[in-house]
Amino acid sequence: MGILELQNVSLSLGGRPILNDLSVDFWEGHVHALIGPNGAGKSTLANTIMGLPGYRHIEGDIRLDGESIRDLPVDERARRGITLAWQEPARFEGLKVDRFIAAGAKDKGAACVREVLERVGLDPAKYAKRAVDRTLSGGERKRIELASILAMEPRIVLMDEPDSGIDVEALNRIFDALSDFKERGATVIMITHSQEVLRHAEHAFLMCNGHVLDKGSVEKIDGYFADRCILCDHENLPGADEEAGVVA
Amino acid sequence: MSAAAVAGELLASLGGFGGHISDDDVAHLEVHGNEVVGSHLVPGLEVEVDSLADGISAHIRLARGARIAKPVHLCFGLLPETGRQRIVMDVEVEEDAAASVIAHCTFPNAIDVTHEMDAVVRIAAGATYEYFERHLHGREGGVVVVPRTRVQLGEGARFKTEFELVKGRAGVIDFDYEVECAAESLLDMIARIWGRGSDKITICETGRLNGADARAVLQTHIAVQDEALAEVYNTLTASAAGARGHVDCKEIVQGGAVARAVPVVEVDHPRAHITHEAAIGSVDSKQLQTLMARGLDEERATDLIIEGLLS
Repeated sequence: MGILELQNVSLSLGGRPILNDLSVDFWEGHVHALIGPNGAGKSTLANTIMGLPGYRHIEGDIRLDGESIRDLPVDERARRGITLAWQEPARFEGLKVDRFIAAGAKDKGAACVREVLERVGLDPAKYAKRAVDRTLSGGERKRIELASILAMEPRIVLMDEPDSGIDVEALNRIFDALSDFKERGATVIMITHSQEVLRHAEHAFLMCNGHVLDKGSVEKIDGYFADRCILCDHENLPGADEEAGVVA
Repeated sequence: MSAAAVAGELLASLGGFGGHISDDDVAHLEVHGNEVVGSHLVPGLEVEVDSLADGISAHIRLARGARIAKPVHLCFGLLPETGRQRIVMDVEVEEDAAASVIAHCTFPNAIDVTHEMDAVVRIAAGATYEYFERHLHGREGGVVVVPRTRVQLGEGARFKTEFELVKGRAGVIDFDYEVECAAESLLDMIARIWGRGSDKITICETGRLNGADARAVLQTHIAVQDEALAEVYNTLTASAAGARGHVDCKEIVQGGAVARAVPVVEVDHPRAHITHEAAIGSVDSKQLQTLMARGLDEERATDLIIEGLLS
């Protein structure tokens, strides 16, 4: 059944429409992929579902378990089980990995921190007391962010380009985490341009100009995207979010 | 109250910071007001203390080549709500000696307390001296802290100092350190302070890299909230070949607080090099959103970010 529904959602940033009357359902316990050209509105859609500042003033509605969440702030949406993994995870000067992971883990304690670090292939003895800062590589920060999400046990995970800027080992750990989320019944919505990542999805949605153009099996949607969408004369504007002055 | 009881109360006020002095190989000195209420020395360390009307004068000597294995613990404090404590300290670290000192300054009940430190530190060639000063203040913010320290670093000497005040209200802090660095010496100076309410924080850190290949890092991390004011004056000069330094000032500002950073970097040798970075502003929005996307409310997320910066 649909756990998360977007009903006729429109959003303008800097006076420019980014999401246009978009309606879509996401299915509980399934892995969904959002694909489409740069500027299609994929990251904006993820940020809008998360309710980040700058993405809250929408037309239409977002419903979780049939209940509107459009007026809820980020933290309340998170407490209801939605979370987001950024394309480029934040750096936190001085904040230790164990404190960062524990922050979203409620009262699960140190054992949970160790367990999720091991699940993303990082040795707790080496990483728990390191700072989540620039001394970590992009791939390490991606894995630590993933560990923090595993500790949170969310119901809906939004992943913005999970394969961006990481090595093969880190990518394999992300695939393991995807399996983990699915086994636990979580719903995953991931934005990707990668064929390798796409293979782990069960459903795909093709976005263009703030619309969902089509949805269906990964093979069908990816085939459409590869054969027709890239060659079409769509009017997407890469970087529209940045031009509108919104920090994603 | 007996000296032992006062010492016990001082240490108890440190909470998680305390409990450090039970072993025979740990040197320690506890001073309440102008009275030494506890002490223990280890070989290689000499301490002479004279009582002043409003504090103490201490001469600390680390003998040549002495290596003090475990950190020396100092505890300065006042338990009453009002009063003044002045610490005059003369520290002599002789050649090739090494020690680490952890100083706790505790004023748990302060409403109107002044704590002054006038220190002269001479670190001879090849010696290492580390001084970590942790303050524990009450919730009222009624403490004026005035640490003034002058340090001479000999050739190849090392000096690391950390000043931390993140528990309780800062009150008024007027911090002034000056360090002269001879050839191949190393200076590492860090201050971490969290100001709240009407706290007023002034940090003056000066390092002079006078000798060839001397190195220094000055770091100041401050968070100010409410109506607190922070002013940071970092000065680092380099006047010899191979001298290198870095100045790093980060300040988080919230509410009606004000932060000001005035860095001065000066190089007058073509083979010397100093870098500088400063960042002042509110809590980083992406950090905040990341933690809120894990379910923390804005206040908890902000506190966690600040704790990280000040850790």
